[in-house]
Amino acid sequence: MSGRVLVIEDEPNITEAISFILSRDGWDVACHADGATALEVIRETAPDLLILDVMLPGQSGYDILRELRAAPATRDLPVLVLTARSQQPDRDLAARLGASRFMSKPFSNADIRAAVREMVQA
Amino acid sequence: MLPFNLLVLACLAYVIILFLVAFVVERRADGGRIPWLNSPLIYTLSLSIYCTAWTFYGAVGYAARSGLEFMTIYLGPTLIFVGWWWVLRKLVRIAKTQRVTSIADMLSSRYGKSNLIGVIVTLLAVAGTTPYIALQLQSISLSFAVFAAEEGPAGWSRPDLDATAIWAAAGLALFTILFGTRNLDANEQHQGIVTAIAVEAVVKLVALLAVGIFVVWGMAGSAGAILERIEAAPGPDWALQPSRWAGLTFLSAAAILALPRMFQVMVVENADERHLATASWAFPLYLFLMSLFVMPIAVMGLDTLPEGANPDLFVLTLPLSQEAGGLALLAFLGGFSASTSMVIVAAIALSTMVSNHIVTPLRLALRPAQGRGGGDLRRFVLRTRRIAIAGVLALGYAYYSVTGGSEALASIGLIAFAGVAQVLPALLGGIFWRGGTRAGAAAGLSTGFAIWLYALFLPSFGPDAVFSARLLAEGPAGLDWLRPQALFGTGGMDPLLHALFWSLSLNTAVFCAGSLLSFPDPVERVQGAQFVGVFDLQAGTRGWSRSAAEAEDLLVMAQRILGHAEAQEFFRAEAAAQGKATFLPDTTPDFLERLERRLAGSVGAATAHAMIVQIVGGSLVSVQDLMAVASEAAQIIEYSSQLEAKSEELERTARKLREANEMLTRLSVQKDAFLSQISHELRTPMTSIRAFSEILKDADAVGGADQVKYAGIIQDEAIRLTVLLDDLLDLSVLESGRVQLSLQTERLERLIGRALLASNSIAPERAFIIDRDQSTEQIEVTTDTGRLAQVLINILSNARKYCDAAEPRITIRARRSGRMVEVDVVDNGSGIPEDQQAMIFEKFARLSDQAQAGGAGLGLAICREIMEKLGGSITYLPGQGGAAFRLRFVRVLETGEAGGGAGGAVA
Amino acid sequence: MSASARPLYLARESYRRRRLMDAARLLPIAGAVLLALPLLWAPEPAPERATAHDTVYLFGVWLALILAAAALARRLAPAMEEDRGAGGAG
Repeated sequence: MSGRVLVIEDEPNITEAISFILSRDGWDVACHADGATALEVIRETAPDLLILDVMLPGQSGYDILRELRAAPATRDLPVLVLTARSQQPDRDLAARLGASRFMSKPFSNADIRAAVREMVQA
Repeated sequence: MLPFNLLVLACLAYVIILFLVAFVVERRADGGRIPWLNSPLIYTLSLSIYCTAWTFYGAVGYAARSGLEFMTIYLGPTLIFVGWWWVLRKLVRIAKTQRVTSIADMLSSRYGKSNLIGVIVTLLAVAGTTPYIALQLQSISLSFAVFAAEEGPAGWSRPDLDATAIWAAAGLALFTILFGTRNLDANEQHQGIVTAIAVEAVVKLVALLAVGIFVVWGMAGSAGAILERIEAAPGPDWALQPSRWAGLTFLSAAAILALPRMFQVMVVENADERHLATASWAFPLYLFLMSLFVMPIAVMGLDTLPEGANPDLFVLTLPLSQEAGGLALLAFLGGFSASTSMVIVAAIALSTMVSNHIVTPLRLALRPAQGRGGGDLRRFVLRTRRIAIAGVLALGYAYYSVTGGSEALASIGLIAFAGVAQVLPALLGGIFWRGGTRAGAAAGLSTGFAIWLYALFLPSFGPDAVFSARLLAEGPAGLDWLRPQALFGTGGMDPLLHALFWSLSLNTAVFCAGSLLSFPDPVERVQGAQFVGVFDLQAGTRGWSRSAAEAEDLLVMAQRILGHAEAQEFFRAEAAAQGKATFLPDTTPDFLERLERRLAGSVGAATAHAMIVQIVGGSLVSVQDLMAVASEAAQIIEYSSQLEAKSEELERTARKLREANEMLTRLSVQKDAFLSQISHELRTPMTSIRAFSEILKDADAVGGADQVKYAGIIQDEAIRLTVLLDDLLDLSVLESGRVQLSLQTERLERLIGRALLASNSIAPERAFIIDRDQSTEQIEVTTDTGRLAQVLINILSNARKYCDAAEPRITIRARRSGRMVEVDVVDNGSGIPEDQQAMIFEKFARLSDQAQAGGAGLGLAICREIMEKLGGSITYLPGQGGAAFRLRFVRVLETGEAGGGAGGAVA
Repeated sequence: MSASARPLYLARESYRRRRLMDAARLLPIAGAVLLALPLLWAPEPAPERATAHDTVYLFGVWLALILAAAALARRLAPAMEEDRGAGGAG
């Protein structure tokens, strides 16, 4: 497998874990921790897939998602929303805003690998 | 015979004793109140500054020249005091409710907080007091000269009169500045000075009585003998003149009400209205005793001393002529006391007026930003007062050297009396007649002042000094009816009575006419009603309409004037009265009114009003206020004030309900937010732990170095989880009240040091400047020191985490406050926004900015619980230029009272 | 105590207090008149004035005023207390 995955997540340890897991599968992983500048970074790196945390400093993951879907260039970018909020309302909100898939923390490494693979192939 | 250098020594020793008395009393009064300090006796004795050197030396001279007429100077004040129920009681009550700082402030406040009136009265007071101070300097140097002359040519060379006066003026300025400008609020009385003056009052009374007894029983032989001498020795001008008798009694009665120094001790420094009741007979008694031996001394002096001896100095020269050196020394000290106490109080009163009514308003006008913040106004006002004191004394000295000190003491005193008496129409009109207006008062005062200058003060320098002899004799430009000492052709009158008559009657006429013709503005009408009806209208009328004044701005301003501790205490008490547990009360009209009065105590009514206007802005008086003013009948006022009280009560209840409701809503939102928050807090470390443990399980995929690293991450995150769970448990234990305190005794300095050391591990890369004052931390505390350190570490860690200043600094200040200890921790970052200040101590509340959310969730809630357990509180102090927390706790905690002090901390 | 006796007692008390206040107001006026009396004894400046006599008289009146004021002040002090209590609420 190959392709670029961008991880927007402010917890360094979680970023490191995801990055390790996905790199081993052959993905080219980049990370970014700040919500406010996330949109710029997404536009510059033009990833094949985005893993997006919700509670971010600066701008929330939901706001970022809303803007991505509004712009033509990123309308179809696969986005995996990864959050510690696991309630049904959160899932519904993510789906309404256009998340490709929703995954709650803590996650199993196998699940995230499978999800990434499926989303890029789809 | 008394050697001159012994006299100088005695004089110095006396001054040092006075310094010590003032110093010790100030010190003791700081620690706690001294019970006798506020007694009616001290109050009465302090009133004795009415008896200056003019009384002490001059009365005898006056009696020698004019017989019994000298008594008028004491009978006027006697009538005023005996009739205290009329005027004095009202003055004191008004001054207390309006927090008046001087006579200029009283009039300025009455006439719509007008600074114009304040300036006129201040100028009048300076003009009327300067000759009087000169008179005191003159009497000090003259009395020195008497002793030097006795010494004869063989002793010291005759001291330079000017040099004595300069030394006296400089010493008095120093004393007054040291003890008169320690406090800014004139209502915080000058206890050191008042006590020193009470001592001086006793000295001068004892001295004069001693000389009198010596003269009557030592020299004449008996009381009967002295009466015979009085009968036998009337001088040529001893007959009582009805016009002068009545006029001078009236003048001295007016003067005791209007003299700035008398107003200071009688009204401003009055601690309790009931002291007036005692003074109503005790002060006349003091005057009675001071006058009792005046005639005997005068007659004996005229009989036994050589022709041409100065009668103003009989008090000294009589004992000296009888070789009674010790008695002469006592008399000298008495005269010295009389001069110094008058000068000190006059200088304080005048400097307060000059700084409040001239300098501070000027500065506010020139730099309007000052009201809101900027420089330290408090220090500025104190400095102004110190300079003004030096200035007033310099002016007195200048007058002394210009006039050459040649006139008889009594005439200067009467001229000064007539000057300050010009305040009388506006003063009495202000407290008894609601119709008096600012325009009328200003016009009346100016008229009286001008006539006094023209007809009495300037001619008093003698022909060809200020006015040419020709002008005095023929009037300006030959206009006969404008001759200074014979206005409108009234040449037959005594010059003093002439000036008094025309200045006061025209003053009154212009005041009345001006008041009748002008229309007062709303503030004037409100103040008029409050002054005249002070005994009926205790509720106070409204000066402020509800407006959007920022409470925090007001607090910042108040701190600059009242000092930090006092302003914060005032705001907290006001907020508590409104049922709020913060430092920021609602800016209701009542609150603004009280704040203004509080500030007026420091900077005067007009200035305080102007400063609040600058912050509050907008309309000052509402339709409601105008209606309150317009409702004249007492019944209507009473009825409406009852209604007002009820509607206020309703409004307060509604406000409380509203606040409670808001709090509940917020709490419910917070609870939901907390659940999701706590879920986030728990899931985040768990995510890392699960991910890395899965990675490690797949052992062959990970290198040795990575294995160690990932195990380390798992460990860290596990610890993070543990801490979070500990915090939750800690909080629940604290809240449920099952906590055990372990009390230990430790010095606060060590405890703070420990906390600083422990918090250094947070953001160790940032170099913080720690500003401590270890001398304030030398307090032994007995409390749960571990818990207290926990709170301090939490606050300090937060400061290290969130202080966003380029050069971060943490200021720590500790102080004792009764049985409590207060520790302030202040950083120089951007602080916490006002809308969130009320929330930070709530459980699980988080600041909305996610950047600041990293883990502050439970810390402050735990701190609050702990401080309540330690019998105190933790509060956020707004307006300190950064995040600022104040910890209060019981210094010595008893095992039984843990947690019990929480209620006390709110009060 | 009966309900009817009490108000009567209070009214008498406050009536007395009112008259005391009147006396306090009258005292300075009486004083002024008494102190002006020597002027009426010899309105014209005469060569032989009774200065000693005037001295004794004036000091006597003065002392009487002081004593009267002291007596009034003693009784008025409780009245002030009440006055302050009523005003303190405002």
